[in-house]
Amino acid sequence: MFWDQELETLPRPALEKLQLKRLQDTVRRVSQNVPFYQQQFAALGIKPDGIKSLDDVRRLPFTTGVDLRATYPDGLLAMTRDHSVRLHTSSGTTGKPKALFFSAKDVDNAAELIARSLVMTGITRQDVFQNMMSYGLFTGGLVMHYGAEKVGCLVIPAGPGTSDRQLMLMQDFRTTAIHILPSYALYFAGFLEQKGIDPRKDLALRKAFVGAEPHTEETRKRIEEAFGIDVYNSYGLTEMNGPGVAFECEHKAGLHLWEDNYILEIIDPITCEPVPDGQTGELILTTLKREAMPILRYRTRDITSIIPEPCKCGRTHCRLNRITGRSDDMLIVRGVNIFPQQIERVLMSMPQVGRNYVIILEGLDDMTVKVELSAVGFDGQVEHLTALQSQLVEKLRAELLVKPKVDLLPPGSLPVAEGKAKRVVDKRSI
Amino acid sequence: MSSLNLVAVFVENKPGQTARVTKTLADAGVNIDWVTIANSGGFGVMKFLVDKCDLAVRSIKAEGLMVSLLEVLAVEVDNQPGALQSVAALLARNSINLDNCSGFVVNNRAILVIEAHELAQARTVLQKEGLRLLTQGEMVKL
Repeated sequence: MFWDQELETLPRPALEKLQLKRLQDTVRRVSQNVPFYQQQFAALGIKPDGIKSLDDVRRLPFTTGVDLRATYPDGLLAMTRDHSVRLHTSSGTTGKPKALFFSAKDVDNAAELIARSLVMTGITRQDVFQNMMSYGLFTGGLVMHYGAEKVGCLVIPAGPGTSDRQLMLMQDFRTTAIHILPSYALYFAGFLEQKGIDPRKDLALRKAFVGAEPHTEETRKRIEEAFGIDVYNSYGLTEMNGPGVAFECEHKAGLHLWEDNYILEIIDPITCEPVPDGQTGELILTTLKREAMPILRYRTRDITSIIPEPCKCGRTHCRLNRITGRSDDMLIVRGVNIFPQQIERVLMSMPQVGRNYVIILEGLDDMTVKVELSAVGFDGQVEHLTALQSQLVEKLRAELLVKPKVDLLPPGSLPVAEGKAKRVVDKRSI
Repeated sequence: MSSLNLVAVFVENKPGQTARVTKTLADAGVNIDWVTIANSGGFGVMKFLVDKCDLAVRSIKAEGLMVSLLEVLAVEVDNQPGALQSVAALLARNSINLDNCSGFVVNNRAILVIEAHELAQARTVLQKEGLRLLTQGEMVKL
């Protein structure tokens, strides 16, 4: 199923021609209107006319999160503010957030990309789409909402949390698709279990779109099994519109990145040199169609790789592997680099482990992984619990090369976040 | 059936947990006949012998706690020196490992509560030896 078959299956030469034209246009516009890029171009001796091939993108300067914060509040606007119709910000955990402006065309275009993404998984206007992401400054709510409306779904702007109300809406309006944080999906599965609701029988759900948090294949499988539905991975970031940057098709084999809207590069984050296709590195994105606030070579900090083979679905837009982590999330414990996703993968592969966990770093360099048990995790025997505990310690040690402490907890004892889950608590005194 | 079920509850090892579980049982009108609590680091497991098993499980579940039924054996032995030893030796001869064991004397009757992985085998061995295994009903009426 296609939303825009022509563009989605555009042969590579035509797609690349379109990218080059849009890149040239973008570079010209920022060189005329954005002081930040004017200064950078002057320092690097870049002239818009000098962009003659797609490879020339590598001559352009990087844009970082720090740049976006430094230019707050007006950001990198390429049009006066009165052309903007919407403001989103990225979560400012420290200091000022990053402000992102959308013109009316940008809002519509972001919705267009979502429409493509949803339709390629089989969503139609018959679907009832419950959007369980936070509305407001966070892009996950509104951007997805507009896209699902564009498809013609009945969209329920439920927002996150208040599980009782979510369930009521699902039952009363026969919700068929949800957009949800993976951590909340796991929590919600437990909530249904406790209410005695069997989603396969009692609900009309058939698809879930999960994103906004890096998560593992094991977590996807858990959600699919708990609800009896298909789960699709959605990738986006506020700086690039939010959701709809890259999305899985029906084959669930990597995320198609909409290349008529973005140029992607994968680089070595240290040397900043491109890595060969298929090799892991940091994802760099350049917007090609953004009107109010184009961004060149944004350092996403997200670690992924390109899948070079064409997809069975016929789309020509390149696929990315699941994001294995945001380089900002990387932990260094006793000198070893650790991504929280490595821990999640181990935990979620064990049926006795439940759906919530937290990684605590404290003392000099001690790591404790607190995990909730699943419904099958407790049979009354202490011996089985201590065996599970040692098994987890051993599996984690083999995966991480650091030996953590493992605490087993009853379901529901760890806090549940309304927004993105807080999986790491760093209380180290060093 | 000559076996009995304990209600096992998995809790965090922190103050207030025993009070919480026992209040739940009290509110449901469940009487506790026997209890053991074991801690292992960050967690603890409470095991109860109660008069109303199903009600106990239901009310503990409703409280949002993790609960499971655990099948054990209760063996009546003579209240005299060597009684425990004879049971232990019998199980040992049959290569049955005791996971957990506790015992008490009431009204001059000595009772051993036995947890073993090879529970069915343990039951056969004990019965063959002519030892009396108590049922749930007998245990709560001791």
